[in-house]
Amino acid sequence: MPQYETIIGLEVHVQLKTDSKLFCGCSTQFGAPPNSQVCPVCLGMPGALPVMNRQAITLAVKAGLALNCNIPPMTKWDRKQYFYPDLPKGYQISQYDLPICADGFLDIDDPASEGDTRRIGLIRAHLEEDAGKSQHDEASGRQDSRIDLNRCGTPLLEIVSQPDMRSSAEAKNYLTELKLLLTHLEVSDCEMQEGSLRVDANINLHLDVDGKKIATPIVEVKNMNSFRAVERALDYEAERQYAHWEETGQTIKDAPKTTRGWDDSREQTFAQREKEESADYRYFPDPDLLPVRLPRSFIDQVRDTIQETPAQARDRLQTQHGLSAYDADVIVNQGAAMLGYFETVADVSGDPKRASSWIQQDVLRTLKEQETSIEEFPIPAKRLGELLGRVRSGDLDNNRARDVFAYLIDNDSDVDSACTALGIEAVDSGEIESLCQKLLDDNPQVVQDVRGGKQQAVGRLIGQAKKVNPNANPQQVRETLLKLING
Amino acid sequence: MLDSVSAILNALASGDASARQITERSLDAIAQTDPKINAVTHVAAEAALATADDVDRRRAAGQPLGALAGVPIAIKDLICTTDMPTTCASRMLRDFVPPYDATVIRKLRDADAVLIGKTNMDEFAMGASNETSAYGPTRNPWNHDRIPGGSSGGSAATVAAGQVPASLGSDTGGSIRQPASHCGITGLKPTYGRVSRYGLVAFASSLDQIGPMAWSAEDVALLLETIAGYEPRDSTSLDTPVPEYSKAIQSADLRGIKIGVLRDGLEQDGLDESVRKSVTEAMQVFIDLGAEIVDVQLPHSQYWVPTYYVIAPCEASSNLSRYDGAHYGHRSDADIDPADGPLLSMYRHSRQEGFGSEVKRRIMIGTYALSTGYYDAYYNKALKVRRLIRGDYDAAFQQADLLLGPTAPTSAFALGDKLDDPIQMYLCDLYTVGANLAGIPAISIPAGLDDSGLPIGVQLQAPALEESRLLFAAAAFQSQTQFHQLRPGKP
Repeated sequence: MPQYETIIGLEVHVQLKTDSKLFCGCSTQFGAPPNSQVCPVCLGMPGALPVMNRQAITLAVKAGLALNCNIPPMTKWDRKQYFYPDLPKGYQISQYDLPICADGFLDIDDPASEGDTRRIGLIRAHLEEDAGKSQHDEASGRQDSRIDLNRCGTPLLEIVSQPDMRSSAEAKNYLTELKLLLTHLEVSDCEMQEGSLRVDANINLHLDVDGKKIATPIVEVKNMNSFRAVERALDYEAERQYAHWEETGQTIKDAPKTTRGWDDSREQTFAQREKEESADYRYFPDPDLLPVRLPRSFIDQVRDTIQETPAQARDRLQTQHGLSAYDADVIVNQGAAMLGYFETVADVSGDPKRASSWIQQDVLRTLKEQETSIEEFPIPAKRLGELLGRVRSGDLDNNRARDVFAYLIDNDSDVDSACTALGIEAVDSGEIESLCQKLLDDNPQVVQDVRGGKQQAVGRLIGQAKKVNPNANPQQVRETLLKLING
Repeated sequence: MLDSVSAILNALASGDASARQITERSLDAIAQTDPKINAVTHVAAEAALATADDVDRRRAAGQPLGALAGVPIAIKDLICTTDMPTTCASRMLRDFVPPYDATVIRKLRDADAVLIGKTNMDEFAMGASNETSAYGPTRNPWNHDRIPGGSSGGSAATVAAGQVPASLGSDTGGSIRQPASHCGITGLKPTYGRVSRYGLVAFASSLDQIGPMAWSAEDVALLLETIAGYEPRDSTSLDTPVPEYSKAIQSADLRGIKIGVLRDGLEQDGLDESVRKSVTEAMQVFIDLGAEIVDVQLPHSQYWVPTYYVIAPCEASSNLSRYDGAHYGHRSDADIDPADGPLLSMYRHSRQEGFGSEVKRRIMIGTYALSTGYYDAYYNKALKVRRLIRGDYDAAFQQADLLLGPTAPTSAFALGDKLDDPIQMYLCDLYTVGANLAGIPAISIPAGLDDSGLPIGVQLQAPALEESRLLFAAAAFQSQTQFHQLRPGKP
């Protein structure tokens, strides 16, 4: 069986987080009643003219800079012509030969080698308006097609990668990192469910047959609505292409590029349409829109708004807060809101490592259980920081702190009131000492064992101490017992 | 004389006439003359009278009124109006009533003009004779067997027939100036971007410009002053202040002005002797007014028409793709062709039935020229030549303040004469398309009658945004000549 390499390139459409559409003032909010967010401009009514949205340009430049792209001093708008029921003008305003961003890259974790990164090249990222949405109602035997044009004119950034990925796992890492970066910079919400992030994958195989390189025909896979689906579709497609090649011997030279859809329930790709001849979109510069000049000063201004990329944040968590690479990764990968949350907890508690472990365990578990996000999390970062600060200073032990944590999730209360409500009081050291002395008096055997070298024998007494006074800090009890025994 | 905008404004101001009387006179004229000339596609009698009454009421109450208060104006039927259909004289848009007013319409309403109706035109502004209209041809008021010119033939004829004192047309390759010339009136194509295109149904976006048509330069100036100006909803609109054109025209002294004449243009084949004579005589009038005549060259003028007939159809093929029967325009109920399936079938039949043959021809030329493999040979090359043409004008305006020449090669030809010969029809734009390709302003003014009594116009061109200079020179010419005072007799 010949060796083969899987070659994957991705085209990702992300909806930019603008207040309004690309060429008019209509809202881009998701889920509005059909055709309620439209105007003559986005409907392409006769006589209406597009006017460029500056915010979209700014966001595209921001994304491009973060993706290490070259931002040319001038970009322009082109028309891409095709007839389709959800394309009101009969053309889409897009960018052809002068995209707003070109030649970038994105570093991703190498799934094959932990701790290493892979650099995925980017060909370009260009702006374009979205089309509408057709809904075909064939369920009742009728052939009704309804068209919702709310989405028409929504600003999209299409990010086209080089065919640099070699496995579905790399594709998934690429998408994860891209989404993290774009949400981090507030360029896009990247909600796949709402269509604000859409992925088309180009895939084929490079086989090594008796020392000869053979490439299978390129397939474009569409309709994948989760990263998991992308991963599975690519795995399926690689196997299918291999089997197809074995069966037919078809290579890229004797078969055209095809488009296949992904059926998530059957976990299969299926043929959609043959691209017998490449579609002729008859691109030409849109005469209704002037070319866009992007002066150096503007690009620098946008660059200044990019505080930190996720990659930079990971580095900083390691150097500034002393977290491990793994811990930094987990926190940063949760997104910008979680990063901000962590930093407040770390600062207020003065204990970044404890903050990191609490967030990774207690906070993430709660978010998962309650199916909520860090933005909606009931304990504000400052409050958790305060709680962890008390653990750090020894005022609270971990177990008691967890009780307080649980209480704070259910009650909007400050740390002090929570402690009071739970009957947690600070115990002074004199009190601990007399308690320990009493326990030692009652358990001479323990004293003997410790003196005989078995320090762990005090463990038995710590439990008893907590029964007598639940507020006693176990660490403090341990230290006091040993001090009393060893004189 | 109540066919002049300024005369009407004076009569209204002095109380010699009411806006209602003026409007009724206009409606009567339409009722009388339009069955013969077919210049108007929609008459908004009620709305017009209501506006007129409102103007009268406000004048009586001493309230402030707009600059064109009570003046009836007709609008070419590709400019969007909320209270009248906007059909582009196409079966495709037969029932289209836009939900918004074009910027120029908003400005006319703000100026309290009386919008009397919509005028006939070549379908989607494609034509030089007004014969491609789905409403049938408009006839020239000077001679009903003749075409009025196109594509703003209805807008020219409605003025020439005395239906209204002024109208708006649009000019993509000469569509204001050529019919103005054939109908003996004054028509101005402003600088590209001087007047907002918002609400103008696009034919070729980079060439289209709305402009005024009336008997005299003075009236044209009044209209331009009202409709010009920056519009944030049009990205190609120019953000520069609008001069007081009507003030700029008051002097008749052209001393120190250099007028360039294109000798090559005057020796061109196909130029009618009577037109050549009119241009020569116009030169003398300008010399008498103190201007100096200089020879200039526009070396690439032979490429104007071919360049235009690549760029305009390319843009048109794109602009007209929205008329697909699904979103806008006529929807066919023809049977589904099994080979095409329901969707493609519907597109094909709708466009086949909705568009006339000239529109189809240009869509096909444009689609071909933009397609892979031909783009560089046609569209891209045309853009390069367009830059050369602009360069020619820049050089010419180093030597001359204005350029003078013919507007059209002949006077109005007979109906049907060129309808079956598209190339002959396209050559009607020989002298006018240069200004559109360069984006500069140009005006056609009446300059004589030929042997059969048909009007002849001459054209003046000026550098971008120099409409004042054009209007000033045209007004000076009209202060010394009577051509703009001539009216059609009994055709």
